[in-house]
Amino acid sequence: MSVKTPSKLEKILSEGHLAVTSECGPPRGSDPEAITKKAELIKDHVDAINITDNQTSVTRLCSLAACIRLKLMGLEPVLQMVTRDRNRIALQSDILGAASFDIHNILCLSGDHQSFGDCAQGQNVHDLDSMQLIQTVRHMRDEGKFLGGDEIKRPPQMFVGAAANPFADPFEIRVPRLAKKIAAGVEFIQTQCIYNLDKFEAWMQGVRDRGLHEKVYILAGLTPMKNVGMARYMKKRVPGMDVPDEIVERLAGTPKEKQAEEGIKICIESIERLKQVEGVAGFHIMAIEWEEKVPQIVESAGLYPRPKVD
Amino acid sequence: MIVADKKPLEEIIGYLKSHKSILILGCNECVTVCEAGGQKEVQVLASALRMNALKEGNNVKIDELTLERQCDHEYLEEIRDVIDQYDAVVSLACGVGVQFTAEQYPSVMIYPGVNTCFMGATEKRGLWTERCQGCGQCILATTGSVCPVARCAKRLFNGPCGGSTAGKCEINAEVDCAWQLIVDRLKALDKLDQYETLCPIKDWSTDRAGGPRKVVREDVQQ
Repeated sequence: MSVKTPSKLEKILSEGHLAVTSECGPPRGSDPEAITKKAELIKDHVDAINITDNQTSVTRLCSLAACIRLKLMGLEPVLQMVTRDRNRIALQSDILGAASFDIHNILCLSGDHQSFGDCAQGQNVHDLDSMQLIQTVRHMRDEGKFLGGDEIKRPPQMFVGAAANPFADPFEIRVPRLAKKIAAGVEFIQTQCIYNLDKFEAWMQGVRDRGLHEKVYILAGLTPMKNVGMARYMKKRVPGMDVPDEIVERLAGTPKEKQAEEGIKICIESIERLKQVEGVAGFHIMAIEWEEKVPQIVESAGLYPRPKVD
Repeated sequence: MIVADKKPLEEIIGYLKSHKSILILGCNECVTVCEAGGQKEVQVLASALRMNALKEGNNVKIDELTLERQCDHEYLEEIRDVIDQYDAVVSLACGVGVQFTAEQYPSVMIYPGVNTCFMGATEKRGLWTERCQGCGQCILATTGSVCPVARCAKRLFNGPCGGSTAGKCEINAEVDCAWQLIVDRLKALDKLDQYETLCPIKDWSTDRAGGPRKVVREDVQQ
């Protein structure tokens, strides 16, 4: 796949390196250090850092401002943008705002439903859905035009990503759904946290059967478990999450003070196994409020040092 | 039909505090079917208000009447001769009926007696569910006759999202995932290949977003 943007992430992927990305959740306040400190912890071990957009619908400092903080540190942000909170005017406007700071990566999402967050009584917008947001960014970038048809002066130059959840239902459309996102113009994918590796590999088989792995870079998503309580919570309470019993049992069978270490170990083992899966182009490590563990995971998984690209 | 639900009695009592002569006005259409505002509900509400007035020691006149419809001038004319007897009307029609009644009788306070909820269907007695949001540009032909605007919590045109689990929506395990229904239906019709057709960005100008809407049919106007 040829390089279409100045994105460092795109360059690393196009050169055939296994990419490593991670993410930081912005604070529930305006202290910029909440972002910069997290970024400091991981910056040497990842190629790009996602900033989540009011994840789980809990109101936080905005993704765009946090991405600008990273940019000012000389880092490579991935602007996450959900369609829940903004209509097409606001989405295009924020894309231009990000582009004005030369933010070169965007992840297009629909977003968790607002009923999970702190504003359950709020409206949701969903003027566009995630696929239509992908189309919108590609249209703005490639045609240099707004959705309304007018020309954009200095169009955004963004490498366009989206999420994929191989574990949500119905499973039979999970590969067709990826094909649909590719048709919409997506260029990289960060998957839902993978715990059920068998199911992920079955999905990847379907992806390869259709040659989709040659049309999009797939970064396998991983979240280390801190303890058995987290595993149980994710299994039972987080929609679209597939945590097999073996993971829960393995953590339950580990003494409490060693469970965090075991969680990291499971994560590293998963990366080792996923490296062998044809079509996996890298890893997206979502260490939720546990960013300090990212360097250890990256190093132990043999993904360090990170490649240098111009 | 338009589905409505009864308002709490306390709320209605709160509206009526300063009124002495009240008409409870039912509607024989949708709200009768969904058992929120028909003749029976008019009787029940009137009785409850009379009992409350008695308890509070208030001398209040409360009458009952149910019209064929409140969304039609013709039927609203039926109360023109009696409306002056009342200083308030509690309309148990949908929000359309409440407003249309108020437009006809500008000098009388018209209160809503129900919460108008959605356009839906009777699944069984006591259970009504939403099917349509009146977006003004029907796309059911492409979605296996299941509407993602009305039935997906994120109104995704290219769903399902990653929260669909065992056929249910991420917001509530009792809510069907619209996109699971769409996929099931396309499969039953042997049209699952249609799933991969991208649904284009929607023109919402025919929806609420475009402002108050009207349908003009000159061919049937007299």
